[in-house]
Amino acid sequence: MASIEITNARKSYGAVNVLHGINLDIQDGEFIVLVGPSGCGKSTLLRMIAGLEEITSGDISIGGNVVNDLQPKDRDIAMVFQSYALYPHMTVAENMSYALTLRKTAREKVSAAIDNVAGILGLDALLHRRPKALSGGQRQRVAMGRAIVRQPQAFLFDEPLSNLDARLREQMRTEIRKLHRRLGATSVYVTHDQIEAMTMADRIVAMYDGIVQQVGTPLEIYDRPANIFVASFIGSPAMNFLSGIYNVTGEAAAITLDDGTLIPVLATPNAKNGQKLTLGARPEHIDIVKSGSVPSVTANVDLIEPMGLSTLIHVTLAGKPVKIFTLARPDLAIDSTVQIAFNMDKTHIFDSETELRMPPASEPLSAQTD
Amino acid sequence: MSTPGKSRLRKMVYWGTHYLMIAAFVAFALFPLYWLLKVSVTPNDILYTEGVRMWPSRTTWDNYTFVMTQSNFPHYFMNSVIVSGFTALFTCVIAATTGYAFSRFRFGGKIIIVALMLITQMFPLVMLIAPIFRILAPLGLTDSLTGLIIVYTAFNVPFATFLMQSFFDGIPKDLEEAAMIDGNTRFEAFRRIILPLTLPGIAATLGFVFTAAWSELLFALMLVSSESASTFPVGLLSFVSKFGVDFGQMMAAGVLALIPACAFFLLIQRYLVQGLTAGAVKG
Repeated sequence: MASIEITNARKSYGAVNVLHGINLDIQDGEFIVLVGPSGCGKSTLLRMIAGLEEITSGDISIGGNVVNDLQPKDRDIAMVFQSYALYPHMTVAENMSYALTLRKTAREKVSAAIDNVAGILGLDALLHRRPKALSGGQRQRVAMGRAIVRQPQAFLFDEPLSNLDARLREQMRTEIRKLHRRLGATSVYVTHDQIEAMTMADRIVAMYDGIVQQVGTPLEIYDRPANIFVASFIGSPAMNFLSGIYNVTGEAAAITLDDGTLIPVLATPNAKNGQKLTLGARPEHIDIVKSGSVPSVTANVDLIEPMGLSTLIHVTLAGKPVKIFTLARPDLAIDSTVQIAFNMDKTHIFDSETELRMPPASEPLSAQTD
Repeated sequence: MSTPGKSRLRKMVYWGTHYLMIAAFVAFALFPLYWLLKVSVTPNDILYTEGVRMWPSRTTWDNYTFVMTQSNFPHYFMNSVIVSGFTALFTCVIAATTGYAFSRFRFGGKIIIVALMLITQMFPLVMLIAPIFRILAPLGLTDSLTGLIIVYTAFNVPFATFLMQSFFDGIPKDLEEAAMIDGNTRFEAFRRIILPLTLPGIAATLGFVFTAAWSELLFALMLVSSESASTFPVGLLSFVSKFGVDFGQMMAAGVLALIPACAFFLLIQRYLVQGLTAGAVKG
């Protein structure tokens, strides 16, 4: 196992810059998830680590050795592809042993390794089948097995679960996580699915437009998103955003929405009176309240989505759609009005121009460095 | 409302017509071959006297014996095997590597090369005979099998390349990338993973080029003048003399010339059938 350091890595195709100087330190044994919308450069970064794409400038080192000019075969990494990329003309056993036979590993060792991995992944009965005769989930397992058998320095996953149905995806998610705990291998996992990122990662790397937007543990990223992009991308249902003007008098601060609605917020030292800001509130941080009990605002109910465990209520506030998540089953009528209150401690304030989060004065400094 | 009996009848009529039409087409396509066979076993003395009959009253192998022992045919035949075989081999090697590069790599001038290769396919061959003769003559490549192989290879490479490229396009890039991560260089990945999966495509290309070279007449006639370097299509013309056409012998030679082409396709047909349904192969 090994650490991976990426220093100011850039990638461009001709005049098109795909990655603008990526810096990332991945610890030995860490499970890192690169997440972002398609086209954000996450797969390109993974392929650069694998050696399948050249690095335009900067350095990538694995286990302390710069690998920029090494061929993929000399980097001692394993990769699981979205398409699984199993060799169609080889059996499951041959697929899994391919790398070992290329390294001229003794036959007994190869078969012992394959038996071991097949046992872990439940592939024993399939070893003599061709990929064509396997289901999607089984192919996925074989692809994992092919990677594990080699005991590489690091595992790279390129959206390995995207081709599976929802139930299988959930199951494999847990399995990959357990496997990682068992093997303790450095892993870099690419996905566009923020739920996979949240549930699997030791640390998430949120990417957009070829730039790392934020690096942090899933809860750090969820609780203190660095900017509007990260705030909107991570979390489902997504965060609500409302723009308005910042007013502060003494200790008390508020944001005035376009229609004059006043929403109290925690004062932030970086914002000036009258500055244009964006308020961000996760759906679970907005409550439906009785009028008069706490400072609240009036909204119109548009739609109610009961999900059994919880209810998602769509309302309109100051002309903007807002979603509210509640574990209760409120008795509301569509097109009626409702009093809602923002949980002041949990709402975020973003600079509307730079889109960066402005932490409140009360937040510890260490948490503000993200 | 339809009774079971009625629908069975309709089915029979439907499939009957279906097979009848196929049979008619097959008969139409194979009739010249049948006639070739029939004339080749008809004795010379009754070829014209019997009129048009589906099968002669007497048959003979004399034409075959004559072609094999008294004519230059075995020699032409060998020349054709050499020319077609090497043309198919060289074309396939060049087309496979070029097609792979077109399919997988981005490089400067790719569009220009593709355009040039397409343009070569637009000229009528007749236009090119004179310049090609002028090029080959000083090099001592006219009247030689080598010259023919070079010309045939050059003419077949563009089409074969596009054919091979489409086969490579059908194989996901992930496969050789997985192999490269597993420990192969790109060339090893090409040889050990991609090539085995492209066998149907290679078989189709081989078959196409082999038959094209086997039946080529124009260049063989123009670039070769001596008996010793003549190929079989040119040789067939030698059965046409000043005073008549020796149909029996000509047909016998034709039947014999069918054998290697048939044998070749028999050899590659297992791959060819897969190749023709290439889209379905992807596992």
